[in-house]
Amino acid sequence: MTQPVSPPRGGPDKVTPVSEPPAWRALVFRADVRTLSLLGVLAALIVIGGITKPDEFLDTRNLQLVLTQASVIGVVTVGMTFVITSGGIDLSVGAIVALASVWATTVATQEYGFGGILFTAVIVGVGCGLVNGLLIAYGGMVPFIATLAMLASARGLALQITDGSTQVVTVEGILDLGERDAYVLGIPPLVLVFAVVTIIGWLLLNRTTFGRRTVAVGGNAEAARLAGIDVRRQRLYLYLLSGLCCGIAAFLLIVLSGSGQNTNGNLYELDAIAAAIIGGTLLSGGRGTITGSVLGVLIFTTITNIFALNNLQSDVQQIAKGAIIVAAVLVQRRTASTT
Amino acid sequence: MAPEPPLLTMSGITKSFPGVRALDGVDLDVQAGEVHCLLGQNGAGKSTLIKVLSGAHQPDGGTITWRGETVVLRSPIAAMRLGIATIYQELDLVEGLSVAENVHLGHEPTAAGFVVRGKAARASTAALLKRLGHPEIDPARLVGELSAAQQQIVSMARALSHDVRLIVMDEPSAALDPDEVDNLFRIVGDLTADGVAVVYISHRLEEIRRIGDRVTVLKDGRAVAGGLPAKSTPTREVVALMTGRNVEYVFPDRPPSPVSPAGAPPVLEVRGLAREGEFEPFDLDVRPGEIVGLAGLVGSGRSEILETIYGARKPTAGQVIVDGRQLRTGSVRAAVRAGLGLAPEERKAQALLMLESVTRNVSVSSMSRFSRGGWIDRGAEHRAARAATRELSLRPDNTSVPVRTLSGGNQQKAVLARWLLRGCKVLLLDEPTRGVDVGARAELYAVVRRLADEGLAVLLVSSEVPEVLGLADRVLVLREGRVVHTAPARELDEHRVLDLVMEGSPVATEGSPAS
Repeated sequence: MTQPVSPPRGGPDKVTPVSEPPAWRALVFRADVRTLSLLGVLAALIVIGGITKPDEFLDTRNLQLVLTQASVIGVVTVGMTFVITSGGIDLSVGAIVALASVWATTVATQEYGFGGILFTAVIVGVGCGLVNGLLIAYGGMVPFIATLAMLASARGLALQITDGSTQVVTVEGILDLGERDAYVLGIPPLVLVFAVVTIIGWLLLNRTTFGRRTVAVGGNAEAARLAGIDVRRQRLYLYLLSGLCCGIAAFLLIVLSGSGQNTNGNLYELDAIAAAIIGGTLLSGGRGTITGSVLGVLIFTTITNIFALNNLQSDVQQIAKGAIIVAAVLVQRRTASTT
Repeated sequence: MAPEPPLLTMSGITKSFPGVRALDGVDLDVQAGEVHCLLGQNGAGKSTLIKVLSGAHQPDGGTITWRGETVVLRSPIAAMRLGIATIYQELDLVEGLSVAENVHLGHEPTAAGFVVRGKAARASTAALLKRLGHPEIDPARLVGELSAAQQQIVSMARALSHDVRLIVMDEPSAALDPDEVDNLFRIVGDLTADGVAVVYISHRLEEIRRIGDRVTVLKDGRAVAGGLPAKSTPTREVVALMTGRNVEYVFPDRPPSPVSPAGAPPVLEVRGLAREGEFEPFDLDVRPGEIVGLAGLVGSGRSEILETIYGARKPTAGQVIVDGRQLRTGSVRAAVRAGLGLAPEERKAQALLMLESVTRNVSVSSMSRFSRGGWIDRGAEHRAARAATRELSLRPDNTSVPVRTLSGGNQQKAVLARWLLRGCKVLLLDEPTRGVDVGARAELYAVVRRLADEGLAVLLVSSEVPEVLGLADRVLVLREGRVVHTAPARELDEHRVLDLVMEGSPVATEGSPAS
């Protein structure tokens, strides 16, 4: 047999060799430029908050409040990150949160107590995700359209259930969770839930076959299909996951506000997408980062808090958010092209 | 030819893409009123040349002279303004617009500078369609509702709506029925009678004989013969011009005797497999250790056959049997589970996850092997991917690098490693050396032969005839979705295969016709 030897092409000099370090080192040391720059932005915001309102901003209660507020949208963003990584989009998250929160707080549901409320919130979220997933994966609908339809319907249904009124929660167990007595080492339980969801999400995306398939489908759906991956089933699971996260977020919101309202979760879809994008998840799919998404959420929540403390109106906040999204994406483009 | 200077002269045109020199100093001259045919195998540079001529590509070097003046074609619009129109094989019409709107796209008749005069547009479109022999096409209809042949007429009407002096037609007959081809030739005749020049690209020699005046043959980015008389040049000579290669292919030796005896059960059996409009029913057996090649031109159904066997397309008839068990057709997952692996034609679009590392690209089809309950053992994954890529001498010897940093040949090896790791029994290779430079090809050939020697069954598709002949043990020749000939590779040569794929029936030499 002839064994012609050709010189190696695209040799090692062209590439940066990276060894595969153990998981903990990946977490700590391989934090890339993007993550570091997000941390830098967050640190700068904390400095700004500390300078402008030293007493109020750095107060423990305020920091607890910031983290609590971040928890609800944060859980939604974790689910959204998976969907976007797979090349999809879920516009219905805010509406699902609203629907789940009102369904779980009807008089009838509240009779089943704590478990009934939690169960209902989660089931409604998963159910909406199932509809989204079936329409997109098996009905061949474009994610934008299918979830837009879900947005409209779920909001409408939420309004129908409440008739516009606020459903006050009377179940003691739920209300207790929001009290200071329930804090663990000074950390509100809602924040703990957010932390657990984040860790599970990170592991799921980075350490499991589910995460790999998600990235493969988003990076190149045709290649994933030809490699033997069941792309449709994966898409279904992803919208189920997003729905599940919405259900959990709805429960957190019920605990936080002690009520269910059809106006809950307003514009969550935009906040979640924006947080994921500035975190470094590619809107076109194929690359996702839970760490980045969580930092994105924290950055947005901190800005809102600082602006509120400084008595700036929400219109200014919105403008600032918009500017940050543009700046973050422009910076990422630059770093992406140089590496 | 007329004594006047040529309408168009292209001289010394060069054009390189990363890793490929597509045009290496091509000369072409076209007279007004002639049909000038361009011939060449796939990859010879025809498409690049016409893209340069239509302003879609900028040449790296060389000059273009148009009616005695040197011109630079900065864009398709610039070329069109000079009177050069191109009708691409893949029609570039807007399906959601009407016929008249498509014909006048970009130069709509307007009132007050911006109000489109729809009636005038429709009237002039109707006149053009009449001239093209298709008055039945309604200018107000949406292009998306028309047949492929009608869309081609619309595309031609669009070309004629400009003051056109040269029309480039890229395989215009490929999508047409015989009587539509006759109409096409009549149109070409009318155009040339009006003094319009036509640059005509086709694989079909008989068409070139019918309507061509002169022929220029391209090979490996050069014009190996310019302006031969189209009607009188012998077929042998044309084919010889197209094939005589500078590029040396180094193929591994075939095993002296077939690895598995002819009586050994085939691992892949195809029975009466067909897809309407793409390829006709055919049978095929591939035994372990055997490399079977499918030779044919673009559009002959080669890739479609592979993708149908693999389950990526659903057949309209027939079945695929692997190891004696019939596959559920139209299911990639069933095929992969049964032991099939595909290295598709478009590596980047169909096989690779370009943002991911080599490891992840290699392991993607075998994830269940390194995972328990969905949890991936990254150490095991990494070791297995490394072992598979080392086996194929993939460079660099570091599977953590992003797959996009690899050369074409090594990207292909990553795809092969994926199936090696999966432990597949039948490897389907679609244009395995596309985008792979010449030096790396020989290495890839050796890899494929070695895998076959180790008992893998290989089904190979390539538009490069020498590749099929050099690598395969047995060859099926395809023409327009039909297997026209089957023979051991040793009994075929490049001329004969090209005769078969271009002329269809076995030419007046020895050899049995196809089953």
